[in-house]
Amino acid sequence: MTELRDLYQEVIMDHNRNPRNYGCLQEASHFAEGFNPLCGDQLKLYLYINDSNTIEDVSFEGQGCAISTASASIMTEILLGLGLNEAKQYFHAFCALAIGENKHLESDVDLGKLEVLKGVSEYPARVKCATLAWHTLQAALKGEKEPAKTE
Amino acid sequence: MKNQVVSQELSDQASELTLDVDSVRNDFPVLHQEVHGCPLVYLDNGASSQKPEVVIQKIAEYYSEQHSNVHRGVHTLSQRATDLYEEVRENVRSLINARSTREIIYVRGTTEAINLVAFSYGMKNMQPGDEILITEMEHHSNIVPWQLLCERSGATLKIVPINDQGELIMKSYEELLTNQTKIVAVTHVSNALGTVNPVAKITEMAHAAGAVVLIDGAQGVPHKPIDVQAIGCDFYAFSGHKIYGPTGVGVLYGREVVLEEMPPWQGGGDMIKQVRLDGSEYNDLPYKFEAGTPNIAGVIGLGTAIEYVMELGLNAINKHESLLLDYALTKAEQQSGLRVIGSASERASLLSFVLDGVHPHDVGTVLDHEGVAVRAGHHCAMPVMEHFGVPATVRASWGIYNTYDELDRLFEGIDKVQELFRK
Repeated sequence: MTELRDLYQEVIMDHNRNPRNYGCLQEASHFAEGFNPLCGDQLKLYLYINDSNTIEDVSFEGQGCAISTASASIMTEILLGLGLNEAKQYFHAFCALAIGENKHLESDVDLGKLEVLKGVSEYPARVKCATLAWHTLQAALKGEKEPAKTE
Repeated sequence: MKNQVVSQELSDQASELTLDVDSVRNDFPVLHQEVHGCPLVYLDNGASSQKPEVVIQKIAEYYSEQHSNVHRGVHTLSQRATDLYEEVRENVRSLINARSTREIIYVRGTTEAINLVAFSYGMKNMQPGDEILITEMEHHSNIVPWQLLCERSGATLKIVPINDQGELIMKSYEELLTNQTKIVAVTHVSNALGTVNPVAKITEMAHAAGAVVLIDGAQGVPHKPIDVQAIGCDFYAFSGHKIYGPTGVGVLYGREVVLEEMPPWQGGGDMIKQVRLDGSEYNDLPYKFEAGTPNIAGVIGLGTAIEYVMELGLNAINKHESLLLDYALTKAEQQSGLRVIGSASERASLLSFVLDGVHPHDVGTVLDHEGVAVRAGHHCAMPVMEHFGVPATVRASWGIYNTYDELDRLFEGIDKVQELFRK
């Protein structure tokens, strides 16, 4: 039996209560919406990427469960100041972590505080809550008009 | 002698009104297990109910001893399978008090039943300018088929709004019902709110305006006696798996005169009398609407499930579930930070709620850890969620085998959620 606290770690509860970088970014150069049709979670992600392909500013808003809110909040913290290529590496590394496959992945990416979300790999129904923000990031970087979906 | 008969009748009535829940629980193998180290409390019956041993055995027996295709062979097994399959039509007829087994069409489930009507009746009868009237509390399966029909036919979809108790606003219904209205499609019981709609009254008003009426009975049939003749509706749809039967099988009831005028919707084997390359002659009711090899085992399992609930008595089931509802509502009122969604004056056996500051998905995961299975989400009724300004709710829905103790476990679980998420 896995412990509930493995999923709902204090860091996650903290980000859920006080999401970082929350709100609309007026100067956004990139924007995407994410939607999880299964549970109705909705997310808007704003990015300002400068000429040298660095994420200079990022914010999000939306409605979601503790896992999806914390994941989005932690993601924005990680993304600040990252180059686009690094951001993409994080995307792949995080998705692998969320489904528990990171052990088999050779990656130089140090996931840092994103590791607190690895508990979701024990909860297949909740993996999509954790990855929604990251799929939305990918959609924003690709400039997709349609909302990113987890389904 | 006469007295004896009367007292026998009285005791029949009395026994029909009491459910021996312990004995019912023993009939359901799946209930006797632990989830995350706790005895399972299954409160997701609105999504799908569990199956009694008799249904499981009947399906196993069918595949072990009787299986063949139906309506086809002259051999013994085919005749056995056909007899078993056809006998179930009488069970269904008697469950909902249809006039004739010709009015009982086997389908995959409620969704397919509604699509059948939307396609067959709809495409024949709907013109641009015609209107279809549904309600704000419908399940997606009683919204989308009508949207598709509107796209194909040029008809317009109109929506009867609900009030903040989650009841239909009957005055709006009356106003929206016009000479243009050709179809009224409404749920018997809301899956997201538990509201029981006045379907007989709705039907009477629709008929007066010249519209046909489809009732989505997915959440109605398992909980109370249904009499389609008393309701007066033209169509009544339900699924087997919500009435303790198998998945993948359901029923469309249609009034014979209406069904007779409808064209087939799927073509194939079994729905024809004669096929020539320049045209075919369609079969009689109900086979006209049953193309291809059906879910034979599913139908046979459904027949046994219907026998099972009718033996328990739908009045007794209704009484049991209503008592649990009263108990759940009292507990909910005492729970701080809990908001019940929907407070209709007549409602069925479910509690839809949200907790302050906790997303329903998190509630669902924590309750699961306590062994309590509930649904967390939008319940395929996104317009209802929008009306109440919530992205989702937690829904606990009970049935014949649930107990007061299990509702206590639910509320103990809610205490744990609130403890974990306390700031």
